[in-house]
Amino acid sequence: MQILRYAVYRFGTMLLTLLVVSALIFAIINLPPGDYLSNQIAELKSTGQSAGVAKAEFLRKEYALDRPLWEQYLIWVGFAPGPHGFSGLIQGNFGWSFEFDRPVAEIVGDSLWLTVLVNLAAVLFVYMVALPLGVLAAARSRTWVDYSSAFVGYLGLATPNFLLALILFYYGHRYMNLPIGGLMDPSFEGQPMSWDKVQSILWHLIVPTFVIGTSGAAAMMQRLRANMLDELGKPYVETAIAKGMSPRRMLTKYPLRVAFNPFVADIGNLLPSMVSGSVLVSVVLGLQTIGPTLLTALRAQDQFLAGFVLMFVALLTLIGTMISDVLLVLLDPRIRYEGRDA
Amino acid sequence: MSRLPDGRYVDDAPYDPNLSIQTIERKDLDAPARVLVWRKFKTHRLGLISGIFLLFCYLMLPFAGFIAPYSPNERYSDNLYSPPQGIHLWHEGKFVGPYVYAMTSEPNMVTFKWEFKPDTSTPQKLSFFCKGSTYDLAGLIPTDRHLFCAPEGVTVFLLGSDRLGRDMFSRILYGAQLSLTVGLIGITVSFVLGIFFGSVAGYFGGGIDWVINRMIEILRSLPELPLWLALSAAVPSNWGPVSVFFIISVILGILDWPGLARSVRAKFLSLREEEYVRAAEMMGASSGRVIRKHLLPNFMSHLIASATLSIPAMILGETALSFLGLGLRAPAVSWGVMLNDAQNLVNVEIYWWTALPMLPIIIVVLAFNFLGDGLRDSLDPYEH
Repeated sequence: MQILRYAVYRFGTMLLTLLVVSALIFAIINLPPGDYLSNQIAELKSTGQSAGVAKAEFLRKEYALDRPLWEQYLIWVGFAPGPHGFSGLIQGNFGWSFEFDRPVAEIVGDSLWLTVLVNLAAVLFVYMVALPLGVLAAARSRTWVDYSSAFVGYLGLATPNFLLALILFYYGHRYMNLPIGGLMDPSFEGQPMSWDKVQSILWHLIVPTFVIGTSGAAAMMQRLRANMLDELGKPYVETAIAKGMSPRRMLTKYPLRVAFNPFVADIGNLLPSMVSGSVLVSVVLGLQTIGPTLLTALRAQDQFLAGFVLMFVALLTLIGTMISDVLLVLLDPRIRYEGRDA
Repeated sequence: MSRLPDGRYVDDAPYDPNLSIQTIERKDLDAPARVLVWRKFKTHRLGLISGIFLLFCYLMLPFAGFIAPYSPNERYSDNLYSPPQGIHLWHEGKFVGPYVYAMTSEPNMVTFKWEFKPDTSTPQKLSFFCKGSTYDLAGLIPTDRHLFCAPEGVTVFLLGSDRLGRDMFSRILYGAQLSLTVGLIGITVSFVLGIFFGSVAGYFGGGIDWVINRMIEILRSLPELPLWLALSAAVPSNWGPVSVFFIISVILGILDWPGLARSVRAKFLSLREEEYVRAAEMMGASSGRVIRKHLLPNFMSHLIASATLSIPAMILGETALSFLGLGLRAPAVSWGVMLNDAQNLVNVEIYWWTALPMLPIIIVVLAFNFLGDGLRDSLDPYEH
């Protein structure tokens, strides 16, 4: 019951955070002088096309861009009525993309799920790689296993994501015939889900997952190794060895259990950087996630589209952090439910 | 353990001279902390080498123009995508000193590529301290002396040339000027913000602490890159390269401070209850003075170590932004801008040397990581 109350409390703080984040994002989006429409109007006027000006002026009214900034914000989120009553993010209206001349919801559509999928796959990859390697590196510390995993880890941290993506894509295609570009075979795009489509997506996911996950896995592995080493030096480990427990059972039963908690808590720190990475890698590899959309929207100053994508990305990390916090409480009975801060 | 004839037991393990250095004797406890830190840091060989390497890199920056044989935007339209030229010493069994072969190019009508062939008949000796294109040494002294250059009519492209016929080696050297300083400026911004917010939150506590702490949490939970992208998209396109460079470094720093502020705050929370702080306050020291004179020096070294560890993130950030075309822009030369040219996989396959700027990035980032690790490990000289 207590855990439920904590989850609700955590959800509440997440909503509040999201509110602050929305204001922050709105401010950043509106940093460049002017907006898409006023730029367009200026351009039309200078080229003498008065017909377009009227349409743009109409759109400006329609989307309340002629109001003061704070009013625009309230309308965007859905706290204040716009020209057509309450219709903002809360009400499920994500706005209009001027660049593509279509509603934002229609443009992002599928790519939202693919974004979640890519990031989820990367998180799974991080755990699957970091857990065994970190434990192994700690158990065999100061041997070649430790050194080589540290070497690979450091290299993973130091190589820019996008370069790794390019290199892997090239060699993956050349030697293992992995597909290049995209998240599914072009023939499946816009098709309903089918087993073949799922297979195609999985096949296409291999390289992106690897690229996005590598640096996170490297960081996580090092931290797990350090935690494990701390635990391995404690007297209870000596006792366990002394009473003749097999090393494997000893490792997994006690030190791993203790070192596991920070491992779970860490996902909160890891997730923002992984989502960052996925945006970059998506742009480089041309994945149909919201990464490329964000870049186009930012370049064209398409504010509703850019704002929505940024909000979505922030929401993704916030939800991830929340889940990891709740999981940590489930996992670690020592954590008090009230007041999270130590 | 082995037994000597006279009945004593002796440890078989070899004598480790470092062990005695690291154990702390009575007189060491009175030695200044930096002596102990330095002594311990010296044993961290990887960190030491990285530190020396980085120092060398940064000292080289003002002299990039001198070492580079060409200026960064000098174009040789006859040598587009020229492959790297090696420097040779011996020619047909005779020592002639450092020389290169002249490159002749001819179009291959099958692949539609220019093919470069070295003319191995005559060695073209490099001259040293020769005159070339003019540049400003350290940004101040106009000069045209270069460390080495090729004879008239011959090119020396140590790392090949790019799609506009510019020397990759020179561009990497010039690129280092921006790519390496971006991290320094960024970390300064983040340092100032982090220490300010962290110390205010930790020292005063209460409502301010709550607000700053929430701010830290929120900023830490947001993905950096999309925000960097959004912020740099707001940089007006008509700004000059220098102002773009500064604003990009500031943007990189602006999102980095929460991590630093968090550790500063945690330290302050524990330190502000100490007697010497109370004493300083009793004597009427202002809050600013207590923070600056009594609290900050306590863990400045820790902060520097963690700053060293976050510089790589900024270097990688700049590279990523420039790579996507939202960071530094064309007349400016940075490693990210250079890699922007390597975006096309087909190009990289044929002209592999266009992807070379990734090597200095990886090496510098690794060096910063090792240096930071070494510093962090050696900052607690009283441990062990």
